[in-house]
Amino acid sequence: MNTMSNTIKLIAASAIDTRATGQNVLELANDADTSAVALQGIDRIDLQFPKFTDGRAFSQAYLLRRRHGFTGDIRATGDVLVDQVLQMQRSGFSSAVLRADQSVDHAQAQLTQFASFYQGDAAQPQPLFKQEGATA
Amino acid sequence: MYQYTDFDRQFIRQRADQYRDQLERNLSGELKEDEFRPLRLQNGWYVQRYAPMLRVAVPYGELASRQLRVLAKIARDYDQPSAAVYQHASDTQAELGTPHLPVGYGHFSTRQNVQFNWIPLSQSADVMDLLAKVDMHGIQTSGNCIRNITSDALAGIAPDEEIDPRPYAEIMRQWSTLHPEFAHLPRKFKIAINGALEDRAATAWHDVGLHLRRNAVGHVGFKVLVGGGMGRTPVIASTLREFLPWDQILNFLEAVVRVYNRFGRRDNLYKARIKILVKAEGQRFVDEVEAEYADIVAHDGAAHTIPQVELDRVSAHFMPPAQVEHAVSATNNEAPELTGKDAADYQRWLSQNVRAHKNPALRAVTLSFKRLGHAPGDATADQLCAAADLADRFSAGEARVTHEQNLLLPWVAACDLPALWLAARALGVAKANIGLLTDMITCPGGDLCALANARSLPLAAAITERYQDFDELFDIGPVDLHISGCMNSCGHHHTGHIGVLGVDKDGREWYQISLGGSDGSTLSGAAVPGKVIGPSFAASEVTDVVEALLDTYRAQRVAGETFIASVRRLGLEPFKLAANAVRHETKAGGKVLHVHLASAESMSD
Repeated sequence: MNTMSNTIKLIAASAIDTRATGQNVLELANDADTSAVALQGIDRIDLQFPKFTDGRAFSQAYLLRRRHGFTGDIRATGDVLVDQVLQMQRSGFSSAVLRADQSVDHAQAQLTQFASFYQGDAAQPQPLFKQEGATA
Repeated sequence: MYQYTDFDRQFIRQRADQYRDQLERNLSGELKEDEFRPLRLQNGWYVQRYAPMLRVAVPYGELASRQLRVLAKIARDYDQPSAAVYQHASDTQAELGTPHLPVGYGHFSTRQNVQFNWIPLSQSADVMDLLAKVDMHGIQTSGNCIRNITSDALAGIAPDEEIDPRPYAEIMRQWSTLHPEFAHLPRKFKIAINGALEDRAATAWHDVGLHLRRNAVGHVGFKVLVGGGMGRTPVIASTLREFLPWDQILNFLEAVVRVYNRFGRRDNLYKARIKILVKAEGQRFVDEVEAEYADIVAHDGAAHTIPQVELDRVSAHFMPPAQVEHAVSATNNEAPELTGKDAADYQRWLSQNVRAHKNPALRAVTLSFKRLGHAPGDATADQLCAAADLADRFSAGEARVTHEQNLLLPWVAACDLPALWLAARALGVAKANIGLLTDMITCPGGDLCALANARSLPLAAAITERYQDFDELFDIGPVDLHISGCMNSCGHHHTGHIGVLGVDKDGREWYQISLGGSDGSTLSGAAVPGKVIGPSFAASEVTDVVEALLDTYRAQRVAGETFIASVRRLGLEPFKLAANAVRHETKAGGKVLHVHLASAESMSD
């Protein structure tokens, strides 16, 4: 049985440093076609949640990570709430800037609610039924 | 039936804990209502007119007796509003004309789930804990996600079944449960799966409908339909794949849902279902799905290809129960002698409520929850408990919730039928009306639901009351009567041979009547929405209209012709004439409502 590793970096809105970092950052709208993106030289891709109920960026993150092999930082921005960070981590996001009123500690606690899941995802591509001895 | 593994059990436990944390943060004010709402919806918690509704997931309708007993306990101990809530609800509904609101009961839904209507939200986490103890939950029974998967209530036991859909349904249930990418879709997403010659799962009316079949060389696979749905715009699903190898179903569903997540409309809730996307894009939608599926296979490694060993593991759960294999009498009693009226009633019950089984020594028996004094599909705490006892005594401890809002016992020995009939009759669930007019599908309507434009239950009660004569019901024969209190179509009015839809105009309750709808069953023919027969009727007229429609059929039918066959042959005209002839109130205007229905949580179903 795999144990979820808490890999997503949770960032408080107040901790965002807007000064130039030297990083090559690409901001993608959530209706952008991920297959059309040139990933060469990109350090970080910011994906948008205009509302937390708009789930398009989950698919974008998954495709960038799994299909297009992007290994840099994939960051969730916008309406990022503590109760969606686990879904973000599983979909391939590696960092998330929480909305200003959200608590980093509470978000961190959400990441450990489940030991593992049925289906494969960006973090653990194999579903439970292909993990050795997992369903016995 | 499926038995939870340690993994499943731990998972549901963690889900219950996660929900408790969310509820506590909501009650403390930290998690705001708008942000809590999608979370509670995906655990089955709606807010209705007066109290929350809980929808408990019953995957493909299968229930164990121990689960029925916990549902009974929830009905008895938790489906109880505070005095203040109950008083307010009773007073308001009394003004509409509803004399009494029952509490303390469960309700069987058309998607084979079980609902409760009066549980205070503050107790919701306790209820989830109780459910988790018997391997139950409310995961994805609501909200904009992949919903509980439905199937044929006769799955695994029907003589016309080619392939048992339950193992596939269970594998799909696991795959869709808490899928991280698909928890915030444009709208709800419903899958139904059927493995028999007859479609008893209304697959053409689902976002995805699946038919298990064998191809020319005997391989098992799915015919995949997509884009069906009811609501404001009824659409029959179109065929996406004639044959998809069974082991590819999860990869293919991933492609369908990903394309929907990306392209489905999010600007207008009424146009957000996949049916609108399929209609608008046509071949482009098909091409997108096929391209996405090809990429999943070619580039992503097709991780969710189902291994034979996994299908075998899950299929082993669905072997017939050992104790019924030889159809030994469960009662060890002599079959009771039935004479006179009992014998005649028993024969009627045999013909309507008892169906053939794959195993010739067994029968599938439907307990009728369509009877005077209760809303269609409602079961009190005592009745849920008693149904559990019947399941234990006669059906290897298993029952099924049917799409038609009844409970079916799947493993009854033929020699036990007289004893079962007597026991069911004593409980009031042996009415021989399965498939007949009074076996109607009805949504909770404006007595409970915040979306409703009009009440459904008083109509159901009035029609049930008028048709209490079983000679008459039998003479009329099979009729699908479906009643919805609003366009959301929870009462499936589009598929009714007679469909009734509640509409709200000028603060009054009105009802549109349609004719000739079909869910896709053998009796009803190819799936098609019914046609409206004219301007809306007043509540006081609906029972008369139903009677006029049925009288027209009885006067004009040819020998052996069913109601739906007559409608198809005669067309709408003679029925329209008869229905218009009984209008007595709609010329002068309908009943004025002082209470406005449809108040909250719009489109959250």
